[in-house]
Amino acid sequence: MTSVTSISTLIPGNASAMPTSSARTVMQLTDVSVFYGAYEAVRGTTMPIREHQITAMIGPSGCGKSTVLRSLNRMNDLINGARIQGTITFHDQDLYAPNVDPIQVRRRIGMVFQKPNPFPKSIYENVAYGLRINGIKDNLDGRVEKALRDAALWDEVKGKLNTSGLALSGGQQQRLCIARAIAVQPEVILMDEPCSALDPIATGKIEDLMHELSRTFTIVIVTHNMQQAARVSHYTAFFTAEVDDKQVRHGRLVEFNDTGRIFTNPNDKRTEDYITGRFG
Amino acid sequence: MTTATAPAKRSAATPDLSRAALPLRRRAIDLTARLLMVLAVLAAGVPLLLVIYHVLAKGVGIVDLDFLTADIPVRARVAGPGMGPAVVGTLIITGAAALLSIPLGVLGAVYLNEYGKQSLLARVIRTMADVMTGVPSVVMGLFILVVWVLAVGEQTGFAAALALACLMLPVIIRSSEEMLRLVPDELRQASAALGARRWRTTVSVVLPAAISGITSGAMLAIARAAGETAPIVVVAGTVTWTNWNLFEGNNTTLTAQIFKNAVEPFEAAHGRAWGAALTLMMIVLVFTILARFIAGRFAIKNR
Ligand SMILES: Nc1ncnc2c1ncn2[C@@H]1O[C@H](COP(=O)(O)OP(=O)(O)OP(=O)(O)O)[C@@H](O)[C@H]1O
Ligand SMILES: [Mg+2]
Repeated sequence: MTSVTSISTLIPGNASAMPTSSARTVMQLTDVSVFYGAYEAVRGTTMPIREHQITAMIGPSGCGKSTVLRSLNRMNDLINGARIQGTITFHDQDLYAPNVDPIQVRRRIGMVFQKPNPFPKSIYENVAYGLRINGIKDNLDGRVEKALRDAALWDEVKGKLNTSGLALSGGQQQRLCIARAIAVQPEVILMDEPCSALDPIATGKIEDLMHELSRTFTIVIVTHNMQQAARVSHYTAFFTAEVDDKQVRHGRLVEFNDTGRIFTNPNDKRTEDYITGRFG
Repeated sequence: MTTATAPAKRSAATPDLSRAALPLRRRAIDLTARLLMVLAVLAAGVPLLLVIYHVLAKGVGIVDLDFLTADIPVRARVAGPGMGPAVVGTLIITGAAALLSIPLGVLGAVYLNEYGKQSLLARVIRTMADVMTGVPSVVMGLFILVVWVLAVGEQTGFAAALALACLMLPVIIRSSEEMLRLVPDELRQASAALGARRWRTTVSVVLPAAISGITSGAMLAIARAAGETAPIVVVAGTVTWTNWNLFEGNNTTLTAQIFKNAVEPFEAAHGRAWGAALTLMMIVLVFTILARFIAGRFAIKNR
């Protein structure tokens, strides 16, 4: 425990340590713990997700970034035995309230996965899929084109929309997955290490893209790449894994702050160590 | 001088990459393994080729349009065509069995892999399917004889289709489930993350991704069913004229006729048996090629 001040950011309702911003809070995690069966993978996370901002989650492997990210659109429901404690609100509605339909949640909070996972369908059908399942039938072509343009992929694929999405390069596939996610016009897009399989050029494209997209969408991104977090995000959440008295490892949110602060003047020694590469 | 020595030096350092440089033991093992593989291929291939050769040699002179359409002679010693009733019987009985078992089998597999997973019910169904796969076909024939034929009071083509469907069902369930299992979970997650319900994900993503494998499995089951004899003889009886009605009257299939004619002492009957064998082989071949073609078309879409 290097710092007591940082702990204050973890205490529910204590927003004073967080950067003030004019951006509205779209989602709010309050004292969220996520369990896999009896194992508490992440303990007591409290942080906001601000509208039209990019929030980055960083931290060492296994500290629960993906776990928290998946809990934001109830993808954890698909994992046997996964459950959460605490509350996650979306526009002040409890996401885990019994009457909430996870399908409705996921239609508003989309996701891009670490590994590009286009459907074994044509490029066009990949993007149109989300529209079709949402019952959107008018102007499919236009919507598909717009999504592909917004994902900076249109120029590369416009001549071969009917070829398989799997025939694209890894970076193109990832942008196709982004196009697929934004085609349905979600409010929030969750990205789990979207660039980890990509070369620097494709990564640069996707980073530029995120900047563009943040005008219309709210973005939460998990990344292992510190520079990337520093480059693209407005807010950064630093997680780490802690061993408690019973020798069980839990993921903890150490510090949430605006990215500038985290990277120049972090409150917590552990954040500083991690960022400067002195971690572990 | 230097130029003369340089190549010599280099060649001394050059590794000998030739096969002859390998130790004798490794070469011997390699040779033995190759020989064994060739023997295995021969052991599998030669009987197959002999079967095809014999069926072709004996059947080619017999199968013609007349043979495929004419009624079966009532008296076995009479020479001449045909096998029409058996061709029709094979097609409609196997077809009906496929219609009964494929949708049910695929739905069962979808339940097992997408919904039931490791639940108790799913595990019970899986075990039952495995056990059912091992049930001898004649036993399945007797089962249908007891629960259907005796209840209805008549041997029919439909009873045969039921017996074949029961034989095909577990095979289709297990092979389809295997194919569904091969569909990566990432695709299901991607679909779920777009707000698709599970049935939607299954219909629009999982089944299309697995369809070519499911088709192959179903076709194998059909080919096997078309080759069954015992349950047909038990529950469909036999008939010498074409019966298009599955639900009324006896029926017959090529396999049943092969059996029936082959045990007759007459040359003419033997000829018809060979002709029926060739016809059955052709039917199965046509269906297999058709299935490969369909599966191939889906596969191209997938790639
Ligand atoms: N499906 C699961 N079932 C059980 N435990 C899981 C599951 N997924 C993750 N965990 C556990 O939860 C903890 C956090 O995992 P998580 O995948 O969230 O880490 P992460 O921070 O995303 O790591 P990485 O940076 O390597 O992706 C780990 O201890 C992991 O073993
Ligand atoms: Mg992760």
